[in-house]
Order: sequence, then C-alpha cells, then structure tokens
Amino acid sequence: MSPEATRQHDLTRLSAADLASTLASREVSSLEVTEAHLDRIHAVDGDVRAFLHVAAEGARAAARAVDARRAAGETLGALAGVPIAIKDVLCTLDMPSTAGSRILQGWVPPYDATVVRKLRDADLIPLGKTNMDEFAMGSSTEHSAYGPTHNPWDLDRIPGGSGGGSAAAVAAFEAPLALGSDTGGSIRQPAAVTGSVGMKPTYGGVSRYGAIALASSLDQVGPVSRTVLDAALLHDVIGGHDPRDSTSLKDTWPSFAAAARAGQQNLSLKGLKVGVVTELGGDGFQAGVTQRFQEALELLTSAGAEVVEVSTPSFEYAIAAYYLILPAEASSNLAKFDSVRFGLRVNPTGGGTVEDVMSATREAGFGPEVKRRIILGTYALSAGYYDAYYGSAQKVRTLIQRDFARVFADVDVLVSPSAPTTAFKLGEKLDDPLSMYLNDLTTIPANLAGVPGISLPVGLAPEDGLPVGIQFMAPARADARLYSVGATLEALLEDRWGHTLLSQAPDLAPQEMFASEEGAV
Amino acid sequence: MSSETPPTVSTSANSRPAGSGTPGEITTDQVAHLAGLARINLSPEEITKLTGELVAIVENVAKVTEVATPDVPATSHPIPLSNVYRPDVVGETLTQEQALSGAPDHDGSRFRVSAILGEEQ
Amino acid sequence: MNKAELMDYDRALELFEPVLGFEVHVELNTKTKMFSDAPNFFGGEPNTNVTPVDLGLPGSLPVVNEQAVKYSISLGLALGCSIAPSSRFARKNYFYPDLAKNYQISQFDEPIAFGGSVEVELPDGRLFTVPIERAHMEEDAGKLTHVGGATGRIQGAEYSLVDYNRAGVPLVEIVTDIIYGAEYDAPELAKAYVSTIRDIVVSLGISDAKMERGNLRCDANISLRRRTAPGEPPAKLGTRTETKNVNSLRSVERAIRYEIQRQAAILEGGGTIIQETRHWHEDTGQTSAGRPKSDADDYRYFPEPDLLPVEPSAELIEELRAALPEAPAIRRRRLKADWGFTDLEFQDVVNSGLLNEIIETTAAGASAQSARKWWTGEIARVANARGVDASTLVSPLHVSELVALVDAGTLTDRLARQVLEGVIEGEGTPDEVVASRGLAVVSDDGALIAAIDDALASQPDVLAKIRDGKVQAAGAVIGAVMKAMKGQADAARVRELVLERANA
Repeated sequence: MSPEATRQHDLTRLSAADLASTLASREVSSLEVTEAHLDRIHAVDGDVRAFLHVAAEGARAAARAVDARRAAGETLGALAGVPIAIKDVLCTLDMPSTAGSRILQGWVPPYDATVVRKLRDADLIPLGKTNMDEFAMGSSTEHSAYGPTHNPWDLDRIPGGSGGGSAAAVAAFEAPLALGSDTGGSIRQPAAVTGSVGMKPTYGGVSRYGAIALASSLDQVGPVSRTVLDAALLHDVIGGHDPRDSTSLKDTWPSFAAAARAGQQNLSLKGLKVGVVTELGGDGFQAGVTQRFQEALELLTSAGAEVVEVSTPSFEYAIAAYYLILPAEASSNLAKFDSVRFGLRVNPTGGGTVEDVMSATREAGFGPEVKRRIILGTYALSAGYYDAYYGSAQKVRTLIQRDFARVFADVDVLVSPSAPTTAFKLGEKLDDPLSMYLNDLTTIPANLAGVPGISLPVGLAPEDGLPVGIQFMAPARADARLYSVGATLEALLEDRWGHTLLSQAPDLAPQEMFASEEGAV
Repeated sequence: MSSETPPTVSTSANSRPAGSGTPGEITTDQVAHLAGLARINLSPEEITKLTGELVAIVENVAKVTEVATPDVPATSHPIPLSNVYRPDVVGETLTQEQALSGAPDHDGSRFRVSAILGEEQ
Repeated sequence: MNKAELMDYDRALELFEPVLGFEVHVELNTKTKMFSDAPNFFGGEPNTNVTPVDLGLPGSLPVVNEQAVKYSISLGLALGCSIAPSSRFARKNYFYPDLAKNYQISQFDEPIAFGGSVEVELPDGRLFTVPIERAHMEEDAGKLTHVGGATGRIQGAEYSLVDYNRAGVPLVEIVTDIIYGAEYDAPELAKAYVSTIRDIVVSLGISDAKMERGNLRCDANISLRRRTAPGEPPAKLGTRTETKNVNSLRSVERAIRYEIQRQAAILEGGGTIIQETRHWHEDTGQTSAGRPKSDADDYRYFPEPDLLPVEPSAELIEELRAALPEAPAIRRRRLKADWGFTDLEFQDVVNSGLLNEIIETTAAGASAQSARKWWTGEIARVANARGVDASTLVSPLHVSELVALVDAGTLTDRLARQVLEGVIEGEGTPDEVVASRGLAVVSDDGALIAAIDDALASQPDVLAKIRDGKVQAAGAVIGAVMKAMKGQADAARVRELVLERANA
C-alpha cells in the first residue's frame, strides 16, 4: 500500500471524535477526509451496497466550504468537516429521498429534515443516502426496493434492518457516522449485527420533522457510529427541541459527549444498579449471543455495578401490541403516496379514473411487506375491530410503561441482548414474516414506552464469529446515562480485547485496488 | 348503519358497531375489501396469499386482548405532553415551482389528476 | 324530481313531521392555517400558500395553531357548550385528491366543545332553541377544478386540477342534535339557525362568514316522520338525506322545503328514501342524488399520533368567556331599542338576514332608518330578482355613501337607485358612479333658470295664472323643466325658482 493509500485508509479508520480533532488541528482537510471516504465507498460499496445515493460533488463542495471557513479562522462545531451518511428515510433538499421504496424513486424533497438542517448547520459533510427496508418495514434491508445491503462481516448475511445501510456504511468504514431511525429497533438491531453502535433517543428527544413517517408514535431518529462517544457527539448535534414537531420535548439536555467522556475516563460502575430483563433473554436466544451477553454482565459486575434480575411480564405482549400499532399508524401515514403530489404514477389503461390510478400506483409502488402491513393496519383500525385490536394494543402500551416505571424505581439501567441472534443469512426469513417480526423482540419495548436504548458490541459469537450486541435502556430523558454506562463498558471491553471489535472485521477493500490506482500492479 | 338512524350529525362514520368482528376471522372477501379501502390493487392470488398471512399474524397479535382489561387506560403517546401550540404567525411557504416539483403531472400551477368519478366526502 | 312531482308543502306537513339536523362548517379567519404556518388565504395563484405540511409531503408534521384553538373555545362558549378539559385530534382516513394526506385531521370522540344550545328567532318573532351536540376543530381540503366534459362538473370531466391553497384552513364544525318541533317553520328555522350562527361568528370576529365564499357552509339533514293518530305510539324516525352545497341563507330555506316536499312525495307514493348525500342546485332549485352512505364509509378514525391533547386551563376558558361579545339575541333587543324601529320594521330586518349589514352601514355614518330602507328595500329587491343574498351585492360602506349623497341633496331617491345599480354592476363607488353616469342633481341655478325661462316663455298662459296667484299652475312648468333636466334636478328648488322667475 502506498503512503497515500495508507493515509486514506487510516482516515477512514478514525473515529469521528479523532477525525474532528485531526481536522481542528488542521493536520488534514475536510476535503481529504471526504475524498478518503468517497474512495472507500467506491472500493467497497459494490459489495456492501450500503448507499442508495452518493453525493460526491455535494460532499466535496461542503468539505471545501468548511475548509475555507476553518482557514479563515472561524470557530466551527465539534464535528465540523466530518462526513456522515444519512438514512434514506430523511428528507434532503439536494438528494433523492426514497425511503427504500419504488413509489418515491427519484423524489427530491423541497425541504430538509430538521436533523439534516442541523447537520449542515454544524458543518458535517453529507456523503449520501443509505439503504433501508422499504419505509423502514423490516429487520434485514431485504425489503428495500433497491436490493439488500450486505453485512460487512459476511456478505451473505443481512446487516439488520431497517437501517442496515447506515449500520453497514459505518461498519465498513465508508462513513464514520450515520443517521438512522428506530421504530422497533431499526437503529439498534443493525448496530448489533454489524458490530457498530446505535442509539435510539428518548421519544421526542430528536426531531421527527422530515423523517418519512412509519409509525408516528414510535419513530425516533438517532445516531449510528463505531464508538459510544461518536454517537453522543452526533446526538448533541441533532438533539433538542424543534417547534415543527409537536411531540418534540422542550427539555434542556446535558452534553451527551461529556457523559460519554466521563464514562470512558471513570471505569468504576460502583453505585450503578443494572436490571437484567428476564423476558428479553433465555430460551430462543442463540447460545453465543447469551454467552457474550453474560460475559458483559460479569464485566459490569467486576467494575462495581450491582446486577440483578428484573421481570417485566407485560413485555410478553409487546410484539403483539407493536404489530398492531405500527401497521395501524403506517396504513394512515402511507396513504399520502397516491400519485398526485409526488412520486410514482401508474396509469395502466391510460384512461383510468383517479381511483384506478391510485390503486394501480400503490400496487406497483409498494413491495409485499408494505402491502401486508397496510392491509393489517387497515384491518386493525376498521369499524368493529378497533377496540379489540388497536384499542387493546394501546392498553398494552400502558402496561409496558407501568412495567418500565416499576423496574426503573429499583434499577438505573436495564440490559438485554440487542437481538436474539447474530446476523442471519440473506433470504433466510424472507418468506416467513412472523419469524422476521420476532427478531424485534428485544428492541420493541423501548419504542412502545418511549425510553432510550443503546446497542454496542460485546464480542463475536463463538459459533459463527459474528458480532453480538448488548442493549442498555434507561428511563425517558436519561439518555446521558446510557452514553456514560455504554462508554464505560466499551472501554472495559476494548481494554480486555486490546482492540476495537470492528478492527477485526474482514477488510473488504482489496489492497490491489489502491495499488492499481498507483499503477504498480 | 341502519336506515332508521336519526337524522343528525356526522355519526354515520363515527359509530363503531361494537364487537361485530371476531378476532382471527379473516376471509378473502374481507382482504379484498381492505385492499379497496387502502387503495391497493391486488390480484386474486395475492389476496389468497395475504389472507393466509394475515390469519397467522392476527392469531398472534390477538393476544393483546388477554390483558387489555377495561380498567387499563390506553396510551397513544409514549411521553405525555399536552397543549403544544404554534403562534399564529405566518412563516415561509414553498414557491409554486417547489410545490409542483415532484408532481407526476401538473398544468403549470395545479396538480393534474385523472377524472374523478367518486364524489367529495 | 321536477316541481310538478313534489308534494304540496302544506299537505306534506299534514302527513309528516320534519326532523332536522345541521352541520355548519365555519372557516376561521386566523392569520395562518390550522396546522401549518402558511397564510390562511386562498384564491389567488394556486399552490403558493402552501408548506410541506399543507401538501402532505412525506416527513412533514402538523402543529396546532393556538389562535384557532382559542377561537374554537370562544365559539363553543358562544354556543352555550361545555369546553372539554381534554380533547384530542383524530385522523379521518379516506382517499380523495383534494385531501393532501388522504386523511383529514379532525376531532372524533373527544371534541373541544359539546352540549350547548342556540336561541333562534323565527320570522313571527317566536324563539326556538336549537340543541347543539358538539363543535369540533378540523382542517379544510384543497380545491378541485374539473376540466372537460360539457358542464365543468365532476361527471364527464376529462381530468381535474388540484390547488392546495385552501388545504389546512382552520374549520370549526358545529353539529346540532336532532331538532324536533320545527314543524311548518322548518325551512324558516333552518335559515334562521344558519343566520344566527353567522351572526355569532361575526360578532366574535372569528370568521369572515361569507357564505358565497364558502367561509360558512351548511349541510342539512332532513327526514320525515309519519304522523300517527292520537293515542298511537309515534312512528319511527325516517331515513335521512344530507343536503350539501347549500351556500346562501336563501338556499338553506329553499333546500329544506324542497327536500320535505320531495321525501313526502316519495313516501306517499310507496317509495323509500335512500340514505344519501344530496346536492343542492341553486339554479334549478332542486337537489340531486349524490353518494349513497353505507357501511363502506369506514373512516378508520384513530387518535392523531402527531398531535397532543388540547387541555385548556379553566383560567383560559374563563378569560375567553369574559371576553365574549353580547349574544346576538340580546344584542338584537338592544339594537331595536337603539334604532327606534317598530316591531314590524325590526322583524323585517331580522328576516332579511341583513342585521349586520345595517349595523355596518350605520357605523359608516348612515341613519338606521335610511340603512334599513335601502337594505330591505331596493337592495333586497335586486337580490331577490337575481336569486342571490343581498349582502353579496354591495358593501355597507357604499350604502352609507349613497345615503349621504341623498341627504346632501346631491341625489334624489330616483337618481340614488340608478347609482346603486351602477355600484352593483361594479362601476365603482357611489361618487364614481355619479361622476361616470353624470347622475348628480343639477344644482347650478343658472342652468335651471335658463330652462325655466324657456318653459315660461313657451307657456304664457301658465305664466299668467301664476302671476294671478294660482300657484298650483306652476306644476306644469316644473314638469317641463324636470323633463328638460332629465330628472336630475331637485324638484323643490325648481318650484322655488319658477315662482321667483314668474313674479320677477
């Protein structure tokens, strides 16, 4: 590898925090950092397929602008000049925003999502848009209309979903940071199966304005990264009140990065009480997942935490409630895709009525999973079924909140494996929607109750060598606690391993790639 | 709705006949009706396949009724808030060009759609 | 059904009891829309007063306009309703191209106001209490224009065009309970009810309340219940129809009368009433069948997850209650006294639905009697001839200017009617019409004297009679002069001058 290639390779390996300080010291320019990531995308994304759209020119222009302002002596934000990948569920003025659906192919919104505007205001460099299950419905990205994303650890496996693109982009060193959205685990489960970090903030902690809605009362935008500190730094940028989102909290939030740094520095967990959720583990969980999870618990104990078992009996009903509330809200949220104001229009006969055109468009524009959930949601809201289904599901939500309140009266954080298994094979569950739904077992309760949850890697499962994630949950508004505890565990694990987990992932970019560019094959 | 309904208010759609549906009982006719409500064309094969899938899913999700007793209130928002308002102050609008930018068809100022046979509601 | 097939109204009332219900939609005149900060203004260049929210763009979210909530509470209080300590928005799901999200944000089982009543005055002065079930907040839809086909109507159109400027305009829907007992006066009650609602929203200042612009829209539910002999149990309620598109006070009255006659004819002929929407046609004075209402209307209401409950504090409610203007019924009593109208005169005004126009005209400077005379006289006559509401023809300001011109002697009553015609035709203000049509009274004595001298010279016998003291003979000369001046002279002044010149 040439010195130049090595340098580029190194730039893509740095954490966002390290990149930011390197940029701040003007050792490298944002343009160099951006080019390094564009090169990496060019080299590996043909295999990984994390991106639906790469905005190379836009990224270069943004990087040059940041470099110029830095050269002019302006004080810039903590992540200024750092590249970022954006889940395609978020509206972007200068890039298509398709939510992984054919019905929105090529649609360029006339506005930026609030979080995207915040990224630009903070001088991050959007690299492009990442792949996802269509309208975030799925746990594998196989439901993307544009083909699946591949897990960088094993290209034959799923990268999780719905935000498989964002997680894979980060895990494959195509971007140091990414934005995701989490309705039932779409940030945390992909993080778990790709060995990256994903945080679902408290509901209302991050604006949903401009995030193409799946289920409004469950959706939450959040950070995806390779380290806990990076997630916290990004959360600091995107969080806070947005008057355009009625459900946005007006709280004043502490610095999440400060919480993560404190967790990195003080490795004692003395005084922390950790509740292991009985219902989110045990039978049905892959042996290697349980093993790594147990080892992580031992590490927490050795650092001084008190680890106890807690029971949340109503969690048993969480998936059932979720698969009523989500389709119900989604069936209404997705009604706007009608071929009138934006998106696809199919007019099979050429002379159909508007009703014919709408029905034909939605038939052609939506994939099978989306249709399945729209029909299910329409059913759940129908006269005669509402009370039994949607109404009951909303009551289960109350019970789940009560369970959380009860256990959080006793413990500071809850833990579980982030997902029951490591990454499964592409195609393995595609024809079995129920089995796919069960994959969200661990992540769903946090969405139903609106509490924050973070997933970080705790090692590789011995039986398949694939990443395993641990999930921490905290009471609503206690997001900072997750960054602090997460950063401590991450530091303890990396001390034990002597390296980061992702450094063990296969290097997808053949070195000849760089060599050939140097003309020295 | 019975034809003997009192002549008042817009309750025709408001009334939810309680308990007219038995959880789990899903027919192809019903799925076809739901697809119509949701404006999605489905082939007979798709309807049959979807009916089977929905039966299985609904069997699983119907368990919510086991614990949803009358004394439990419903939660529709995970974090309870109320009275979230916006001041009555005009903000920025889209330009006409922006408004129409994603339209499959328009006449330069308005969105164009095929003839509408149904009526306004 | 053509007019000949309708049952005679009196006969219909002998056989059936009309049972009514109304849904009145009031567009609020807030500065911005219900859920977005786009200007609350439509008409004008299409699709310019829109944000991503009004277009239902993916990712956009609604935020409630605080002023619209306050207006809704005030309206609820003015309707004698209780204000819900907690009310919620819900989504009403149905597909239609004027509905950007394909659901309307409305209120369903938790409206902001419920359980009120409105006192309505019938033409004979009798008071009738209309029970109000609820008033709830919702958003208006966009505007469709049907293109092609013969009529510009929805049937036969080739395509339709959609303008979303009106999408998201704040609405309050006022829903009555079932109204029994209107009997023979059902059409008049309907008109009086809508007129009262209009008075209330105007007095609150929360709506422009122009029916012809759709600021105030009435859907009328009508059914007939067959009368039974004394001692027999009452018959079951009949099937109702919902008549839409009733866009003037006059139409409200006519539409109800028509539906009663139509339904009575069908029922008496052994037919059945279909539960359906019917459309009122102002031109033909008939309703036509619309969409049948059925079980297929499954709006799948559920609480709007993007919005939070509206929970007004008791303090806010009391503050708004304290700020309520005088109730229209009380105000009427006061106005009658202030204006010094006779019972008959005042009833005329109330029945004409022109109370507010007269108030505004007097506020602009005219006397109450002059204002009344013009509005219930000439303006109402023209309105009736044209089949429109009088308020749409001319503004109160112009009427007061017209009155001022008459009072100043610039116009005679006859000339003033011509000026009014010009104003109605859109030729400008009364002053402008006077100038452009050259209608002012000739007040130049020189011109009059010349005409008088001519007339006297051509009628020497009359001159002689006047000089003999037979003053009444002057009439012939005055007539000739007025003719010569084409009516644009003050007859009293002409008479004065004739006597002066004859005796000169």
